[in-house]
Amino acid sequence: MSIRKIAASIGAVIVLGVLLMAIFAPLLVPHDPFAQDLNLRLVPPSFMEGGRSDHFLGTDQLGRDYFSRLIYGSRISMLIGLATVITSGLIGVTLGMLGGFIGGRVDMVVMFIITCRLSIPLILVALAVVSLIGSSLTVVVMTLGLLLWERFAVVTRTTVMQVRTLDYVAAAWAAGCSRTHILLREVLPNIVHHLVVVATLEMAIAILLEAALSFLGLGVPPPLPSWGLMISEAKDYMFFSPWVIMVPGVSLFVLVLGINFLGDGLRDMLGATRDA
Amino acid sequence: MLAFLLRRLLLAVLVTLTVLTVSFALTRLSGDLAIAIAGPQATQLDIEIIRKAYGLDRPVIVQFFDWVWSAARGDLGRSYLYHEPVANLIRARLPVTMTLGLTGLLIALSTAIPIGIFAAMREGTVIDRAVMMVAVIGQAMPSFWLGLVLIITFGLQLGWLPISGVDSWDGYVLPGIVLAFSAIPALMRLTRSGMVDALASDYIRTARAKGLSRWSIVMKHALRNAAMPVVAVAAVQLGFMLSGSIVIESVFALHGVGYLGWESISKNDFPVVQAVVLFLAVIYILLTLLSDLLNAFLDPRLRTT
Repeated sequence: MSIRKIAASIGAVIVLGVLLMAIFAPLLVPHDPFAQDLNLRLVPPSFMEGGRSDHFLGTDQLGRDYFSRLIYGSRISMLIGLATVITSGLIGVTLGMLGGFIGGRVDMVVMFIITCRLSIPLILVALAVVSLIGSSLTVVVMTLGLLLWERFAVVTRTTVMQVRTLDYVAAAWAAGCSRTHILLREVLPNIVHHLVVVATLEMAIAILLEAALSFLGLGVPPPLPSWGLMISEAKDYMFFSPWVIMVPGVSLFVLVLGINFLGDGLRDMLGATRDA
Repeated sequence: MLAFLLRRLLLAVLVTLTVLTVSFALTRLSGDLAIAIAGPQATQLDIEIIRKAYGLDRPVIVQFFDWVWSAARGDLGRSYLYHEPVANLIRARLPVTMTLGLTGLLIALSTAIPIGIFAAMREGTVIDRAVMMVAVIGQAMPSFWLGLVLIITFGLQLGWLPISGVDSWDGYVLPGIVLAFSAIPALMRLTRSGMVDALASDYIRTARAKGLSRWSIVMKHALRNAAMPVVAVAAVQLGFMLSGSIVIESVFALHGVGYLGWESISKNDFPVVQAVVLFLAVIYILLTLLSDLLNAFLDPRLRTT
């Protein structure tokens, strides 16, 4: 097997593993992830010196079991990733299909909207929106979904332009199919493999952005165990207990790496492009 | 060329106007600004006073045109928190962000170009694929976490570099590295693909036939052609880096424009929020304009599209 195939398999295993972890979180956790125990603060992981066998990854600054919080945190990352991809995918694919299929003035408007979106400083605007509306999981998902559609739009537009000149589309026109029918039944199924690859990339970006927003204190509100928020809350203790930022940080890194490996593998397998 | 230039300038102006609208609408998202400014303990009277003092009692449309008209003349309003013109606040913090952005870009280019050339010269081999995979690995790291890890490793355990602030030049090294990480993969891929194309072209075959050294072929002939798109994309990457520096500035406690934006968001200082959004957007618009013009200058085929 080539390096790429190995990487893609590793990626698939990681993503599937985290997904199962998120779904079955309540069955997997050894402790209540929200239960504080102020007598057991900042206990190191069990494999380190001073660790306790009942807290596999130690405890945080409020004595909450780190392993349980980590497992529940996977729910937030997966939810953010999937929900953002669905929202941004709907917006981006619609815009891209309009621009790429109709062309002309409509395409100019679509390109203009994409250019405007790219000019807007992403993190700053996301922070401002969350701060003004109030932080909650729903607000974060909606904000990221409304901001991260431009790659979907660009890739859809380009691929639709390639597909619309092909013979089977001409045949559908000749058979008297409506524009909507052609777009949804003829064009969309033939570009969907490109969109799957974009979706993996967007999912990775959304997960990293949620972590960054939560780290800056304007993402998912406490006491939810978002991995980014865990790093943010623990960073005052990182000099004496470095594992408090290593555990959620490495988890984020591994998950995003897994998604990217999977995306690269899918691109090779499906012959798609993910670069805009 | 002139038509292209005019069209491109018109686009930049239209995008700027849209961003002006978006940044205005953004700060009106919460509904009543006066209530947000006054804070939770304010009485109805306080809110009325604030509404009058900040001109928020005027119709929204009047407020909007006031903002656009003032911004067009370079007046970005006054901060509620510092009681100072926002333009002064941004100007005072700009050097930190610009230094950080340019340091990041310098690190990114000096890493990405050699590695990209290296991979291109071994195109299709295991080394090539492994190098490209390292780019994917780098991209997966959350920037703020990478910053914290570097602080622990190089700042605390090894004691080589300062962990926060920029009292001296070496304070920019760690944040610069973190910022560079986001731009390296794109620049590396571009250098690699440009070099692969260049090395396969006829003029390289001619250079080989002339018996030039491998070094001279790669550095003088191929790189010169492959580097042009990289330079153009680097300008756009700098724009992304400047607007993304908000996270890194907060990790390393650098008081730049991004930090100002974050601080004003958490303290409901709306004129600063909308001005910083506008400012970063305009920098990005100017950099993409520069990049497009550079591309058109280097490659005449693009001028007609």
